[in-house]
Amino acid sequence: MKVKMISRNPDNYVRETKEQQHKMPRNYDPSLHPLEGPREYVRALNATKLDRVFAKPFVANLSGHRDGVACFGKHPKQLSSLATGAYDGEVRIWDLANRTSIRHFVAHDGFVRGITYTRNGEQIFTVGDDKTIKVWKAQAPEIGDEEEPVNTILSRYGLHGISHNRKENKFATCGEVCAIWDEEHNDPLKTLKWGVDTLHTISYNPVETDILACCASDRSIILYDQREAQPLRKVVLTMKSNKLAWNPMEAFNFTVANEDCNLYTFDTRKLQTPLKVHFDHVSAVTDVDYSPTGKEFVSASYDKTVRIYNAHHSHSRDIYHTKRMQHVVCVAWSLDNRYVFSGSDEMNVRMWKAKASEKLGVIRPRERVNFNYQEALKHKYAAHPQIKRIARHRQVPRHVLNAQKKMRTVKEKEQVKEANVRNHSKKGKVPYVSEKKKHVLKEEV
Amino acid sequence: MTKPTPKARPKQKTPHKRYFDTEKATDNDDGGLERVQVRRKSQQNFVGDFIKMQTKTKKTPAFVRKAPKKPTAEPADPAEPQPKKNPIPQELMDKYSRGEKVQPKGVKTRHFKEQQTRKEVYLEYATEQAARTELLLQEVPGQLEPDEGETTAELRQAEIAGLVDLQSAAKHFSLSMEHGPYQLRYTKNGRHLLLGGRRGHVAAFDWVTKRLHCEFNAMESVEDVQWLHVPTMYAVAQKSWVYIYDKKGTELHCIKRLSRVNRLDFLPYHFLLAAGNTAGYASWLDVSIGELVGNFNTGLGDIRLLRHNPSNGVLCIGGGRGVVSMWSPKVREPLAKLLCHSTAMTALTVDPKGQHLVTAGLDRAVKVWDIRMLVQDKPLTHFQLRLPANELDVSQRGMLALSQGTYLETYADLLSGGGTADYQKLPYLRQRCDAFVHGLRFCPYEDVLGVATAKGFQSLLVPGSGEPNFDAMEDNPYETSKQRREHEVHALLEKIPPELITLDPHEITGVDAPTLQEKIDAKRRLFHVKAPRIDMKSRHKMKGRGGSAKAARNKQIVKDAKRKEFIAEVRQAKASVFKEHGAKVAKPKTKAARSVLDRFKPKPPKKRKA
Repeated sequence: MKVKMISRNPDNYVRETKEQQHKMPRNYDPSLHPLEGPREYVRALNATKLDRVFAKPFVANLSGHRDGVACFGKHPKQLSSLATGAYDGEVRIWDLANRTSIRHFVAHDGFVRGITYTRNGEQIFTVGDDKTIKVWKAQAPEIGDEEEPVNTILSRYGLHGISHNRKENKFATCGEVCAIWDEEHNDPLKTLKWGVDTLHTISYNPVETDILACCASDRSIILYDQREAQPLRKVVLTMKSNKLAWNPMEAFNFTVANEDCNLYTFDTRKLQTPLKVHFDHVSAVTDVDYSPTGKEFVSASYDKTVRIYNAHHSHSRDIYHTKRMQHVVCVAWSLDNRYVFSGSDEMNVRMWKAKASEKLGVIRPRERVNFNYQEALKHKYAAHPQIKRIARHRQVPRHVLNAQKKMRTVKEKEQVKEANVRNHSKKGKVPYVSEKKKHVLKEEV
Repeated sequence: MTKPTPKARPKQKTPHKRYFDTEKATDNDDGGLERVQVRRKSQQNFVGDFIKMQTKTKKTPAFVRKAPKKPTAEPADPAEPQPKKNPIPQELMDKYSRGEKVQPKGVKTRHFKEQQTRKEVYLEYATEQAARTELLLQEVPGQLEPDEGETTAELRQAEIAGLVDLQSAAKHFSLSMEHGPYQLRYTKNGRHLLLGGRRGHVAAFDWVTKRLHCEFNAMESVEDVQWLHVPTMYAVAQKSWVYIYDKKGTELHCIKRLSRVNRLDFLPYHFLLAAGNTAGYASWLDVSIGELVGNFNTGLGDIRLLRHNPSNGVLCIGGGRGVVSMWSPKVREPLAKLLCHSTAMTALTVDPKGQHLVTAGLDRAVKVWDIRMLVQDKPLTHFQLRLPANELDVSQRGMLALSQGTYLETYADLLSGGGTADYQKLPYLRQRCDAFVHGLRFCPYEDVLGVATAKGFQSLLVPGSGEPNFDAMEDNPYETSKQRREHEVHALLEKIPPELITLDPHEITGVDAPTLQEKIDAKRRLFHVKAPRIDMKSRHKMKGRGGSAKAARNKQIVKDAKRKEFIAEVRQAKASVFKEHGAKVAKPKTKAARSVLDRFKPKPPKKRKA
């Protein structure tokens, strides 16, 4: 008779010295891990709760401006520097790592309308209400030296915005006309016009670098090609668009921030209907900026909040607000995809985390693995009502809540009215129009 | 001088392949694959998106060997997936598999279809990786291998102890104690043992090192004992109340809400101490917050047999009439009832995998039931004994132990075991104890069977009963106190709420599709709906504008309108149900021939134009 019994050698299971790791033999047999589903669900619930517990998005407040912040310029190469322009014509360069202003100078009389860095990040272009384009060195002058522009270009037209080409040494300004400039010359290479009095935003496509888009005061969005003599296309919405941002990964898509509380994402190839209407703001949307991944964008609004949207979802995934933040005028997503900046009327620039509950600082591999696991769990169980409720809930300021209620009532009322009209008219007389199509008036070529 | 052409990269001999490229051939033309449509039980009447399919290979009889193929000149088809280097046997894949694949057929959009396909690939990869870890397991299960002409049944404990190594031989011991019929419990990791004697004796010790934690006399009768989630605390059901003691024997709590308790059990993942008392009350105490999450009368009378199902946390209570009922703390009716014996039951147990329920009755029968398939008319196995079994237990590797008075025997396999009446089929091991057996438990992760008798405790060696490889993240017999604390915190964080105790533990991960019964009920309910109460508040009017009579009239008008609307809706819904099921709506009969006297009939109401 042969007998064999389980007889474990403790040396294989117990560590020898305290310096060693504990020995953790694993056995992945499912029968040794009962109640897999419920345990995973509880973990997912905990992960979702922790996500809300750690949601502290506010990182820092950069104060220094003496008037409201009007525009941002992101440095193309340095993550830690940001240029901001204010209503009083002052430009400040911030060191974001130390959260201090390292340099400031008065660039223009009146508003600074736009700031942009050159491709290599060595020069800064600013445009202002005084019809000038000024070129500044990105490097601070020696101690004792005056802040002086390298070059000042006097424009014939008023200027409202500036955007730099991603691949060539060209930039474009907008105002009464859209003008394409070379960095070396003091006269525009080209001016493009389409019967509009003011263009107030301009933006170069980061991938197809010859394409640029403007928002005009006649509620239209105009597309240009810098190689051509005439503008390309135009789409007119029901209300004015304030800002425009191109999707850096999907080069044919752009999003506009509109005065009617919504944002619209368009496909350039099909301008009649927006791809998506992004709701949730309760007042005019003033600015929009894409994350470098092109998956999300951030928007600023007159309702004193900043919202973050998934580029393909119509409702926001997060809302940022503070008690002191007033109307938010400009917003920017940092190029490392981790931070969001907002500039508001009350002279402050605020720095937020792009993911509200993300842990800053060094993350150890084991911690990283755990975060990834929690992320996967949250995704897997996202549809469960309890988890959904917790993940979706956001505390919003009272005025936003009231405005949301009001907007809902108005919308419901309109729907009821439309339904009544439909009931009392001939069949087919009052057609059903989708929400997407409602806001686009016409497309011109 | 012409520029030399840049050297082209050497072409890869085989296209670069990643794991995910080796997709299974889905076409049917190889003939070996047969598509079989299988739906889960709960989805049988669900006409939705998720339809499960599986590819089943046709079984070829093992003895028919195919003629070896002649080597053909043509090269192998490059599209054909290369056989994997180290193929994993199918039974190993089945062991780690979480069920059949979800076929993306019927998923509506292409996006989700692709998502589903991708997910399945990842799942298969995960299963494969888990199956490959089998290689890393350190220990092999124990076994008895009889020589020619020998049977395992004739082997005595002393002989086994003589044949095994010293460490294992030390696991065979007996304690003789005088405080009368004993109960026993091992901890979940199999390291500690708790003994409770009817006449008040309680002892807790580490049975491997034989180190005593505490020993005391409760000075009243002890009905049952149970470890809690850590080996530092245990509950003792005493004469009138349940007490909780710590490892040193200090009384931590006296739970007066659990009174006259007969049987205790503990659900480790829910942190619930389950108790059944003499009055037929089943109670669940959440030991992490000290609250009774369920406490109600089961109506079964004195609860003597109580075990929980480890795979779903449902409490199985054996009644006096041969019925096993399954209970969840948040549902006051039994989730299921199973008529197991025509006589009273004497013992019941659930195997650690939660697949089988083993019952024994006074009819001297022992029956094994499949508890995942409750709609069954007969047990999986049924064997007859000479005497009724009074204690039962199933080990981790599926060995069954049963006792009949002072005699006990074990069977190597739960399903194919034999009875003592069957002389052809002898048990795996048998043992006669010196006194009546009152408790019987296999020790987890060890080849040991603990037997508590009227006169003490015996630890018997049953090679091959325990799972040799433990998972240290789940139960670790070698854990240090720090590890224990860490584990406790983690376990508490993922405590499963008692609401999730259901018969199907995977319900939470499934799709919540209505069953046919629910659909029928919903339709049936449509015919018995009551008109909603209309609570109309008339707008406040200025003084002098309309009196109360007018207001009342207006109210009545609104109410009538609402009611009419409701009736029309219900009528429409009913008509749609009839239409769907092809029931004939009573139609007015065809007109009879007009008679002269018809003019005296009341006129039919005018038909309105729609």
